[in-house]
Amino acid sequence: MKILVCVSNVPDTTAKITFNSDNTQFNTAGVQFILNPYDEIALARAIELTEGGKGTVTIIHVGEISSEPTIRKALALGADDAVRINASARDSYFVSAQIAHYAKNNGFDIILTGRESSDYNGSQIAAMLGEFLDIPSISIIKKLEIEADRASIVREIEGGKEHLTVSFPFVASCAEGVAEPKIPNMRGIMSARTKPLEVLDAIDIAQLITFKSYSVPAPRGSVTLLSQDEPEKLIGLLHTEAKVI
Amino acid sequence: MSVLVYVENADGKFKKSTFEVVSYAAAIAELLKTELIAISIGNVNQDDLSTLGKYGAKRVLNASTENLKTFVNQAYASVIAEAAKKEEAAVVVLANSFTGKGLSPRVAVKLKAGLVDAAVELPKTDNNTFTVKRTAFSGKAFATVELNSEIKVIALNPNSYQLKESESSANIEDFKPDFKESDFRTMVSEIVRSSDKIALPDAELVVSAGRGMKGPENWAMIEELAKVLGAATACSKPVSDAGWRPHEEHVGQTGIAVSPNLYIAIGISGAIQHLAGISSSKIIVVINKDPEAPFFKVADYGIVGDAFEILPKLINAIKAYKAHA
Repeated sequence: MKILVCVSNVPDTTAKITFNSDNTQFNTAGVQFILNPYDEIALARAIELTEGGKGTVTIIHVGEISSEPTIRKALALGADDAVRINASARDSYFVSAQIAHYAKNNGFDIILTGRESSDYNGSQIAAMLGEFLDIPSISIIKKLEIEADRASIVREIEGGKEHLTVSFPFVASCAEGVAEPKIPNMRGIMSARTKPLEVLDAIDIAQLITFKSYSVPAPRGSVTLLSQDEPEKLIGLLHTEAKVI
Repeated sequence: MSVLVYVENADGKFKKSTFEVVSYAAAIAELLKTELIAISIGNVNQDDLSTLGKYGAKRVLNASTENLKTFVNQAYASVIAEAAKKEEAAVVVLANSFTGKGLSPRVAVKLKAGLVDAAVELPKTDNNTFTVKRTAFSGKAFATVELNSEIKVIALNPNSYQLKESESSANIEDFKPDFKESDFRTMVSEIVRSSDKIALPDAELVVSAGRGMKGPENWAMIEELAKVLGAATACSKPVSDAGWRPHEEHVGQTGIAVSPNLYIAIGISGAIQHLAGISSSKIIVVINKDPEAPFFKVADYGIVGDAFEILPKLINAIKAYKAHA
């Protein structure tokens, strides 16, 4: 079983998000970058599924050399090898076209992604990959079990869950519940340094969207504090002032 | 030219989030001076289909063949893309729901269209550009994205657009798509919906609780408050990590983002990762015994005090209010 796990390099979850003076670019000064938390879930499941010689896990990342620490972390967690497509990750269409191109030439049974990246929050890569490769894609899964060449999957839907089965090859984007993220051990960290990391050039892809500018949410007014003995007053304010009930 | 909107149903019924996307797509059609066409897939009755007219759809294409009864991501995407081509759609609109998140990227690739998901506002069409505002950085910011492609796909976040109703009904037409065998490689075996609970992602009212509740045995109060209000329940990350509540209730940067009209946070300190997931809420109420809790800085209303004392009083006050209303 060959599993490909797509990872992205995102600002640490505690990072304060600011932009340059004309609000056209994310200000990366002082920002720590990490392996996307959702991708860690996908990777953890891929490693569980291939443990004991049942398969291999390849990491793929589209990004510049600055994201290599994130790729090494994924290798330290137990992936066998990694590929970096050497290009700035312009948008989801670009990234998934690059990954699809690689996957087509190398053949994988399962391709996993995180449910979304925590920076641009596109939850697009898995479904775009599915379309580029003309294979099924299942978005936002909570459970992934493998039997022979099929998977049984639980997917989240509004107010419930959908159980489904799919045969290889397929793509899925993983959410909480699929696996518990792992912590790399010393042996993993040491061996990650020598695991193969192939760097490939990007292919040309039409640019369909452009990120033009950014803004931060408008600050809220100050809080109205109420005493704990006047819940009626809160209800009254929610009804007459805020008009939400 | 036209604008096409995919109208998602849950067990054959449209929800408010579907009417929101129709209203939103109708406004785009007006902006582009063209008509709005809806595509429905699966089994929805004729009356429900024609009510889409109230929200601005002129025609409804109804694809209801046997093999489309349950959701198959690849097949549904093919149907939507085929309808878009037939109707020469300039813009295709979907909901940014769990299902929409699986569909919109496939539709976009099929149509070689630029995609903006998590959209929160109507597009702007100044100076021959077409831009859409979306959330980014887990709710900590917004991005304005220009779509350069001929066809454009937009997936709208729930609770981001007001319903607009009028007195018209839509014409319904049967839509018979061309199928590819290979579009049906997944099989749904079971759908489980909790019927007595309100779905969190598109809920208008949310009651959320954190570690301040001390243990899962104390959630009865939270559930009762949610029930009397008609709200969905949610929780913070430590609570779902500890297994006190299911993962699908976890709101925040690594959970789900919500944008309700009212978000009530009980016993949650307000870490930056949690705030990211709730920053689009219209009104925020915070109940916390620590007056220094960072959550108060983003709250509209706050009560400093013990949740175990406040909640019973609050529940009674809401019951009294509901009895009068």
